[in-house]
Amino acid sequence: MRPETPGMASRRPSRHLIFNAFCHNIIDRQKADSMKRKINLTINGKSFTDEVEPRMLLIHYLREVAGFTGPHIGCETSICGACTVALDGKAVKSCTMFAVQADGREVTTIEGLATNGQLHPVQEAFWNEHALQCGFCTPGMIMTSKQLLERNPHPTEEEIRHGIEGNLCRCTGYQHIVNAVKAAAAKAGA
Amino acid sequence: MIPQNFEYSAPGNLRDALALLAGGNAKVLAGGMSLIPLMKLRLAAPEHLVDLGRVADLKSIREEGGTIRIGATATHYDIESSPLVRGKCPLLAEAASNIGDVQVRNMGTIGGSIAHADPAADYPASFLALEAQVRIASAKGERTVTIEQFLVDALTTALEPGEIVREIIVPVEPANAGVSYQKMVQPASGFAIVGAAARVRKSGGKVAFVRVGVTGLAAKAFRATGVEKLLEGTSGSPADVQKAAAVVSDGADANTDLHASASYRLQMAKVYTARALTQALSRAS
Repeated sequence: MRPETPGMASRRPSRHLIFNAFCHNIIDRQKADSMKRKINLTINGKSFTDEVEPRMLLIHYLREVAGFTGPHIGCETSICGACTVALDGKAVKSCTMFAVQADGREVTTIEGLATNGQLHPVQEAFWNEHALQCGFCTPGMIMTSKQLLERNPHPTEEEIRHGIEGNLCRCTGYQHIVNAVKAAAAKAGA
Repeated sequence: MIPQNFEYSAPGNLRDALALLAGGNAKVLAGGMSLIPLMKLRLAAPEHLVDLGRVADLKSIREEGGTIRIGATATHYDIESSPLVRGKCPLLAEAASNIGDVQVRNMGTIGGSIAHADPAADYPASFLALEAQVRIASAKGERTVTIEQFLVDALTTALEPGEIVREIIVPVEPANAGVSYQKMVQPASGFAIVGAAARVRKSGGKVAFVRVGVTGLAAKAFRATGVEKLLEGTSGSPADVQKAAAVVSDGADANTDLHASASYRLQMAKVYTARALTQALSRAS
């Protein structure tokens, strides 16, 4: 075995330093734990109570804690809309809010739209009009389209395009999505 | 994209909120549409967030003595869909409806937007054209400043530590006025590359009143008084509008970024100012 050079020993962290880092790690974790807050919210009609760090984003809470993986993480920068869910009936980007902000409120994800195995009219229209290819944007796109039709049951094509501008699709070129929203509106009006 | 940890408070009334903020270390969370992205990128790492989302009386929109008072946590959707704002301050409703996208308008607030003072935000152009006032509150008391005093520089306002925006105060628009907000939109973010807001009134075939606010062009939004002076007293013909709009960029230190160079922005400011004035004139009676 080669004898250790004096320099190597000095580069190795001392026991004291390792112990210090270990303690700080525990202190940081305790601090994070003490910052945790209890939240109680309704997701798709079911009540959920959990302790979360205030910094936990709603999308991470929905996917990793509550188990609703329908809302997707796309850009993580508030642009793509794949994470869109309804908060008290309003479409929001769940990557741009904290789970603690949803305390006491009602969240609806794509999983909550179908009732008794019956697709929501917007879901059905997306199916019929082939409004998706890879499907990654679809949960968000449907949640936003649903909001659009609730506020404006008979939108023009321009209003549809304006209404879904917070959701990006990289496959369809949007044409079939616009057709699906039109079809859902026509069916609701029929 | 996980922010640094922080302490979170969600006070239920304004007094508690101001008391929490009095120390000066806490940061205000309103809609979070600007702050949360900054925190995710760790460009902002506040130790304590005070969420104003549960302060009920901060959300109201009401008319009082010839003005409309909009609470700081009214969302852009609250404003664009408010019958009061649509009827009596249509410029603000138009500006609100052009912000970001529907999800952003559902969460983002008027107070949060103006306190963030993004140079490309939509509201400031309208606030300047409306000669809006900002009511500021802190644990020590209240004060009201003009929008020009409030906007100090890019991302910098007259707010002192411990202070929040409580209300935005705008005038009730006379029924014969014409207004318009026109913006060149940056398609990914929805922010304004340049945006121009115009208010006009006509009297006896002449343009009797003009106010123009411009956003996106420079470090902070500004009122284009040069344009106003040139258009006032004219008949408001297309030639008059072009001549007035041509001076909008005079003296402006234009922003440059990957979406638009300074010279392009200077040119587009003229184009969008002319569009806003033309539409406002066509709506005035």
